[in-house]
Amino acid sequence: MNENRREFIRKTGLGVLAGLGVASGIFHKSSFETVLASTEHEDEAKGTRLGMVIDTRKCKEGCTKCIDACHEVHNVPQFDNSKDEIKWIWKDPYKNVFPGESEQFLSEETKNRSYLALCNHCDKPPCVRACPTKATFKRGWDGIVTMDYHRCIGCRFCMAACPYGARSFNWRDPRPAIDKINQAYPTRERGVVEKCNFCSERLSQGLKPACVAECPEGALTFGDLNDPHSEVRDLLKNNHTLQRKSELGTRPSVFYII
Amino acid sequence: MIEKALTGDRRYWGWIVLLLVIISAGVYSYLNQLTTGLTLTGMGRDVSWGVYIAQFTFLVGVAASAVMVVLPYYLHDYKAFGKIVIIGEFLAIAATIMCILFIVVDVGRPDRILNVMLYPTPNSMLFWDATVLNGYLLLNIVSGWTVLGAERKGVPPPKWVKPVIFLSIPWAFSIHTVTAFLYAGLPGRHLWLTAVLAPRFLASAFAAGPAILILVSYILKKTAGFDAGKEAINKLSVIMTYAAILNFFLLGMEFFTAFYSNIPGHMHGLQYLFFGLHGEGQLVPWMWLSMIVGLGSVLVLLIPKLRTSMPWLIAACIGIVSSIWIDKGVGLIIGGFVPTPLEKIVGYMPNINEILITIGVWSIGILILTVLLKIAVAVKMQDQLKA
Repeated sequence: MNENRREFIRKTGLGVLAGLGVASGIFHKSSFETVLASTEHEDEAKGTRLGMVIDTRKCKEGCTKCIDACHEVHNVPQFDNSKDEIKWIWKDPYKNVFPGESEQFLSEETKNRSYLALCNHCDKPPCVRACPTKATFKRGWDGIVTMDYHRCIGCRFCMAACPYGARSFNWRDPRPAIDKINQAYPTRERGVVEKCNFCSERLSQGLKPACVAECPEGALTFGDLNDPHSEVRDLLKNNHTLQRKSELGTRPSVFYII
Repeated sequence: MIEKALTGDRRYWGWIVLLLVIISAGVYSYLNQLTTGLTLTGMGRDVSWGVYIAQFTFLVGVAASAVMVVLPYYLHDYKAFGKIVIIGEFLAIAATIMCILFIVVDVGRPDRILNVMLYPTPNSMLFWDATVLNGYLLLNIVSGWTVLGAERKGVPPPKWVKPVIFLSIPWAFSIHTVTAFLYAGLPGRHLWLTAVLAPRFLASAFAAGPAILILVSYILKKTAGFDAGKEAINKLSVIMTYAAILNFFLLGMEFFTAFYSNIPGHMHGLQYLFFGLHGEGQLVPWMWLSMIVGLGSVLVLLIPKLRTSMPWLIAACIGIVSSIWIDKGVGLIIGGFVPTPLEKIVGYMPNINEILITIGVWSIGILILTVLLKIAVAVKMQDQLKA
C-alpha cells in the first residue's frame, strides 16, 4: 500500500514537471524564460511624466542658491541639529548620493564635487505603496509624487520606505524656525511628513520649479520625460546619465549627468 | 465576572497602585510629547522609528505566541494545557493592546489615526497590520471571555465559540507575518529585505512568548497559588527550545547570505550591529549580549535535567526573553535605519521622556494582564474548591 502511494506520488510529480516543461515551450508568454532581465520595466510612455536632468558638471561648489530658493518658497524651517532637520533639496558627496555606483579609482574631480539630492518623484514610488492613508500619492496627470499634509497621520512609514532619504518629519512645531513666511505656500504643522513637491504650486502658475529657475548656471532642466521632443529628453539622448539606485526598480524621474 | 478583580489582598492592591503610579508618569510624559512633539524622543530624520516601534514588533510576537497553547489544546485536544490556555489568551489580549498603544504613541498625529480606516489602502502593509491586530484582539477577547464565563457557570462553552477559536489560530500567524511585511518589502533597507524575516519573527515569537508564559505561570503559582501543571510547563519549555534553536538557525542564514555573497549593502546592517561599521558600533555590546545570553539559554534548555529544574528553567526563560527583546527590539529596528539610505552612520538613544512613555505603556499592559488573570484565577480556583 505504502509502496503504491510512493509510486503514485513519484509519477504524478514527474507528470507535472513534464507538463510544465511542455507548457513553457508552447505558451511563450507563460514560459519560465521570459523574465525581464533588466531593471527597466516596459516603458509606458503614456501621459505626462515630469522629471529633471541635473548637469552636475555645471553645478558650482559652495553655491546653495537652489536650496535656499526652495526652502524659502516652501517655508522649510531651519533647525541647527540633524535630528530635527527638514530638507527638501540638499548637497552630499558622490558616495552618499550614489551608493552602489563604482567608487574605485574615482577621478578626484568626481569625488570632491557635491551632488544635489531631492525627491526623485519615482515612477514606481515605494513611499506611495507604504502610506496607509493615501496622504502621499502620485498625480496621475503629471507623475508628481506629492503630499496631503492634512491627511498624513505621521506614522513615518514613507520615510522607512524611501530609499533616497528624501523625506522629513516635523518633529517639532516648524513655524518658529521659519525666517520669513511665504504667504503663497502653506506652513506645516508638527507631526506630519513633508518633501519636495516639484513646485506643483508654481507649475500651476506656469512657473518653473524654484530650484530650476534660481540656478545661475542652468544646471537643472525640467520637463516631460514622456515627450520625445522635450529639453530633458534631448539631454538624456545626448549624455550618459545616472539615476539614483536604479537597481531598486523605483524608476526615478531625476537624472544626473556626471 | 469583572467583580472578581475588585477583591484582593493588600499585595494585589499594592501592585495595582504601583502600576497606576508608573502609568501616570507615562501619561504625563505622553502629554509632554503631545504638546511639544516627537522631538522629545531620540528619533530623528535618519532613525525615524525607535523604541516604540521596537516594542510594538516584540509584542506582536508575544501576542501571536498564544497560538502555541491554543493550537495544541483546541486542535489536538492536548488536555495538559487546559489551565494555561486562558493565560495565553489573556496574555495575547494584553500584548495586542500594548501593540496598538505603541503605534498610537509613535504617530505624529494620533488625532488622525482613524484615517487608516477611513481611507483604507490595501497596498499599504500598515493598513493590513491594523486590520489583523484589531481582529486578533477581538477574537481573543471573545473566545477567552466566553470560555471562562461558561466555566464560571459550570456549563460547557457555547458551540459558536469553537469556530472563533479555530479562526484565531491562523490569525495568530497572520499578525506576525504581516508585521514582518511592514519591514521586509521596503527597497533599500537591506537588513529588512529578506524572505526569512517573517519566519524569523515567528520563530522568535514562539520562543519568547512561551518563555513569558512560563514566567507568568511561575508568578501566579507563587502569588495566587494557581498551578498551571508541571506537564504544561514542561511541554512549553520544549516548544520554546525548538523555536529558539530555529530562531538562531535563521539568524545564521542571514549571516551566511550577507557575508558569503559579499554584497556590501547586505553586509552593512549586520556589520554595524555586530562588529561596528567605519569605527561606529553603538549596538555591538548589546547584540553580543543578546547572542551570548540567547545561546547560553538554549544550551541550558537542551539539557533535560536543567530544563526540568525550576530555577534553571526560570533563568533560561529570562535569558530567552532578554535575548529576543534585544535582537528584535533594539537591533532590528535601528539596524534597518543605519547605515542610512545615504550611507551615513547615525546614532540613536531613547531619551527619558520616551523611556517613561514606553514603561507607561508596558505598565498599562501589565495592569490589564493582572486584572484579567485575577479573574481567570478566581474562576479556575472556584472549580478547584468545588472539586
